[in-house]
Amino acid sequence: MSQAPTAHVESVDFVMLYIVGISVILLLGITATMIYFVFKYNRKKGHQPVDIEHNTALEITWIVIPTILVLSMFYFGYTSFRELRDIPKNSFKVNVTARMWEFSFKYENGKQTDTLYVPVKTPILLEMQSQDVNHAFYIPAFRIKEDVIANKNTYLSFTPNEIGDYDVACAEYCGLNHSAMYTKVKVLSKDKFEDWYKQK
Amino acid sequence: MANTIAENYLHQSTNKYKGILSWLLTTDHKKIGLLYFVSILFFFLVGAIIGLLMRLELIAPGRTIMGPQTYNTLFTLHGVIMIFLFIVPGLPAIFGNFFLPIQIGARDVAFPRLNLLSWYVYMVGAILALVSLFLPGGPIDTGWTFYIPYSIRTNTNVSLAIFAAFVLGFSSILTGINFITTVHRLRAPGMTFFKMPLFVWATYATAWIQIIATPVIGITILLVIIERAFGVGIFDPALGGDPILYQHLFWIYSHPAVYIMILPAMGVVSEIIPTFSRRTIFGYKAIAMSSLAIAFIGYLVWAHHMFTSGMSDTARWVFSLLTFIVALPSGVKIFNWVATMYKGSIDPQPPFLWVMSFIFLFSIGGLTGLVLGSLATDIHVHDTYFVVAHFHYVMFGGTGTIFFGALHYWFPKMFGKMYNIKLSKIAVALFFIGFNMLYFPKFILGYMGMPRRYYDYLPQFEPLQKVSTVGSWILVGTIFFIVGYFIHALIKGKKATSNPWGGVTLEWHIPSPPIQENFEVIPTITHKPYDFSQLKEMKNE
Repeated sequence: MSQAPTAHVESVDFVMLYIVGISVILLLGITATMIYFVFKYNRKKGHQPVDIEHNTALEITWIVIPTILVLSMFYFGYTSFRELRDIPKNSFKVNVTARMWEFSFKYENGKQTDTLYVPVKTPILLEMQSQDVNHAFYIPAFRIKEDVIANKNTYLSFTPNEIGDYDVACAEYCGLNHSAMYTKVKVLSKDKFEDWYKQK
Repeated sequence: MANTIAENYLHQSTNKYKGILSWLLTTDHKKIGLLYFVSILFFFLVGAIIGLLMRLELIAPGRTIMGPQTYNTLFTLHGVIMIFLFIVPGLPAIFGNFFLPIQIGARDVAFPRLNLLSWYVYMVGAILALVSLFLPGGPIDTGWTFYIPYSIRTNTNVSLAIFAAFVLGFSSILTGINFITTVHRLRAPGMTFFKMPLFVWATYATAWIQIIATPVIGITILLVIIERAFGVGIFDPALGGDPILYQHLFWIYSHPAVYIMILPAMGVVSEIIPTFSRRTIFGYKAIAMSSLAIAFIGYLVWAHHMFTSGMSDTARWVFSLLTFIVALPSGVKIFNWVATMYKGSIDPQPPFLWVMSFIFLFSIGGLTGLVLGSLATDIHVHDTYFVVAHFHYVMFGGTGTIFFGALHYWFPKMFGKMYNIKLSKIAVALFFIGFNMLYFPKFILGYMGMPRRYYDYLPQFEPLQKVSTVGSWILVGTIFFIVGYFIHALIKGKKATSNPWGGVTLEWHIPSPPIQENFEVIPTITHKPYDFSQLKEMKNE
């Protein structure tokens, strides 16, 4: 069975399911109640309308419960985000440079590429800077993204679990060929990566 | 109360002129509302057609009908037009102008001439935006957010286009000042704050945001123009500036602006539901106060547009938390609206159907906002189609739907004519289908990783892109269908009675269309705003 490309993907997808699950229940509840009322209290049935100005217990309930729900959503979103920012000390570092309209990658041994190569099951740290306008480095399959700006390093970290090729997109509008600013991250087995890394 | 044609505002003049000049120099808040109506509707249709062209380009990968530069220009114009020329001024300038004074029992706004000036300032801003399209350099291609450094580097006409937004801001500020003063100074005897209709409350809260937030965008725009013209390093890192500072300043206005767009729509919903349920609103004070709460907390959440911008992790979690808090007052309003239907006497006429559609679409917009407020999920879907879907559900499904809801509700009052009810019920359904077909696939595309502002896309996105484009045909077709039956109603519609829906707020006490200065005698208010026991007395008026 193939696992998620990174552990973080599972936690993001869990937060997504948690929020969407609660949202769908609320949405269906609101919509069904509304439609039920429209039929049940239809004017054609000749009901005498009743003026109900408020109901304190009900109003407290529908403030307190949603408050608890949104605070739990905040909490899950925050803890999952923290995973991205606790960067292991032994991370494999790659410098990312963005310019209109390409990314380039520089490794610690001086190697330079325009496709990102990384070893599997190794924490990776990307230190990113732009040479011109704002860009964003986005790996949809890993659920991560960060803007790349000039004169200031931003960073991203991930630990790939699965060998494979994944799309990298620019997600911050950067002009004419913004939509063509794609590259790939190639996750190699540790051996293959070592071989590749040693080649000139 | 009989009214003859000669006695309604459409045929009266506040000045010595007749014909077109009686309109262009009018100080009647209702005529100014209609001046706004015609101009805003025009720009809305232009914006919608641009959206249609964008969708057509995206029907298949690669080039379909235009090149990337044209596409980048079109999505910028679509954003600028829809935000600054349609949805920010939309409801307050049209329906606020027309109905706010009437609903509080006033003959006009506090500063009628300033009101007319606001419209001229709006038109000057709109014309500047149009002129910027045709000058050398070409139309702006930065996106409506004008992010620096791109907006400093591009050779297109950025300075003039953003100056147009600067001018439009003044129109917004002047309207806000006028409404706040009107609400404070011109309420009829007995019209206490807690007897004001909720549309007035919402417009009042909006006016405060307009006054307090708009200057920030004005200052920011001037700084960008100075940076472009003189190379002063403020935001561009190449000149020693800070691009994240620009984003902060931009969103300090533009997030509260989201509430400028949605609050008046919430006000209209709070009018329509009681009228067609024929009972008082549930939680009047909660709704009024939640408008103010939204206006206030809305100032403190701007940086949730910037979770991936490179700002500090501390700022990210603080703004995430505050964002979840601001969701609560909107939720409270939805619960109150549905509760207002409970034990009512519901007559689902077209305005009410628009509101039902609104509650569904706006709930989706609001709930998907939770996905964006949460840090982990936002990092993934930020700047993707998910965001595009979310804000179209909020802005278009919310405010846009209510623009049509308000029009169907108040059209008979504004023009004294009734439109075709059957056609308009079909229109609600078509709008709903087209809307969801157009925008719902974008949530899925976004989660799949389709970034926004993309001229081209990967093959795996094609099927849903096609569904979305077909949806745009249904939606835009429906919009023109709606415009069509309203024009027909203006020419050949049946005469509307003074109170076709059985409403009880003050506009339903006066003839359709109203007379100039609205009231022959300023009424004294004794009832609460949604007290339907008045209906019996009103029949004898």
